[in-house]
Amino acid sequence: MRVLVCDIDDIEEGGVHILKVEGTKIGVYRHRGAFYAYKNLCAHQGGPACEGRLMKKVVERLNPDKTYIGEDFDADDPHIVCSWHGWEYRLLTGENAVDPKIRLKRYEVTQQDNKLYVDV
Amino acid sequence: MNINNPASFDEAMSHFDTRAMLENAEEQARARHYEDFLIVDVDSHHYEGEAMNEIIDRIEDPVLRENSRFAKGLNLSSGGQGPFGNQEMGGRITRYPGRKHEKVPPKPHRDITLTRRWMDALGIDIACLFPTPMLGLALHPQVHVEVQLARAYNQWLCETILAEDSRIKSMLYLPLTDPVAALRCIEEFGERPGVIGFMVTSTRYRSICENVHMKVYAALEERGLPLSFHSGYSWHDPLLSASTKFITAHALGFPIYNMMLMGNWVMDGIPERFPKLKTIWIESGLAWVPFLMQRFDNEYMMRSSEVPALKRLPSDYMREMFYASQPMEMVNNAEALELTFKMINAESQLLYSSDYPHWDMDLPSTIYDLPFLDIQAKRAILGENARKLFNLEPQLSEAKLARKASYAR
Repeated sequence: MRVLVCDIDDIEEGGVHILKVEGTKIGVYRHRGAFYAYKNLCAHQGGPACEGRLMKKVVERLNPDKTYIGEDFDADDPHIVCSWHGWEYRLLTGENAVDPKIRLKRYEVTQQDNKLYVDV
Repeated sequence: MNINNPASFDEAMSHFDTRAMLENAEEQARARHYEDFLIVDVDSHHYEGEAMNEIIDRIEDPVLRENSRFAKGLNLSSGGQGPFGNQEMGGRITRYPGRKHEKVPPKPHRDITLTRRWMDALGIDIACLFPTPMLGLALHPQVHVEVQLARAYNQWLCETILAEDSRIKSMLYLPLTDPVAALRCIEEFGERPGVIGFMVTSTRYRSICENVHMKVYAALEERGLPLSFHSGYSWHDPLLSASTKFITAHALGFPIYNMMLMGNWVMDGIPERFPKLKTIWIESGLAWVPFLMQRFDNEYMMRSSEVPALKRLPSDYMREMFYASQPMEMVNNAEALELTFKMINAESQLLYSSDYPHWDMDLPSTIYDLPFLDIQAKRAILGENARKLFNLEPQLSEAKLARKASYAR
């Protein structure tokens, strides 16, 4: 079933639009012009994964001699963060940031006539 | 909306509502038919700092009361320990920044409304409420400050919260650093409505098994009031300050303090002296219990003459105690968790706890969904064990009764 989400311009860069389809909440994200849709359900304790923040992956910075410099954000790998407990998922794949076997349920997103649709 | 944008984040938080944030929890409660049985949460929290002015007004010492008004209670309630570490997880846990914006009606007290909202969403009928920053109060260098603040908090909680809502209970703060004050506390508040026991904060450096403490335990045993040990952490602890990340101080801190107290409690033979005094070990997870049982039993067989008070193995005493479930270690080894349940006699000794609203809270589904428990064991852990221990009225919440009625129609 193909369901209308919203106009493309209704979701700003880095933003999320949440819609409810027959009792199921879905979060549709916009990142660098592409769109990603996931079920609003964390695999941990069932929290609303898509209602939390979208945060860049945190990486550790080391010198060539393995000494510690500090930490930084990796803008190429944004994470969906569940607001209940902080479990993180990679926006680009839906995989859990720690264990890729754990995933958010993903939906296909289609763009047509300046509108977004998800296949549910 | 892009809540990663600071302005949008603030805007989103200004509309924060516990019920909306916990919508998925309410769906879990409906899907699992929690309306069919009692759920008791033996460890939940509020942020007493939000009502600190009301608590400060009840401090008996006029100088300390005046000083606290200007300190806003923060330094006092944190035991002078300074920052608590990164509990907010960099904004990842939205209920931390959102809570203060949540709109509530003028009555009842804000804490009651907020507590009812999350209880109903999770499917909890009765909750035992504890403070948050005051869990570090026993570290304050002035015993007088701990005693004064504990009394003011207990009085405020009894009058403002417990007397107003029969679904909210508490095991009151026991200022055990001063055993005389602790005894007075039991005598003054032990029979107040909603008081179901007393709580010792585990984050402390003084022994709790000295002769001066025995009157306190006798008073609790005589009244049939359980004693709980609520653990915590202090990143400033000489040992834990070696933690390079907060996760280490937090993950180790909670079990370490309860392990230390459990060691003294068992090895000093307190369960032999007060066999009817029920004890509950709170917020250390469960994995530490089998570890400690094995360590203690192993050494006891070689050094039993050092602890002549014991008539049985240390683990035998520990199996008769009660344990709060949260934060249950359940990530990727169900086999280990099942063995832990067996070793602690979980079906009769384990008490469900959420620790809501803290970031590592556990929903009732953490127990309900365990594949190795039958329905009777699930219901025992989620409510019946606590009902028997605290002699609670098995009253389902209005929300659950309404749901039952709607299904019956």
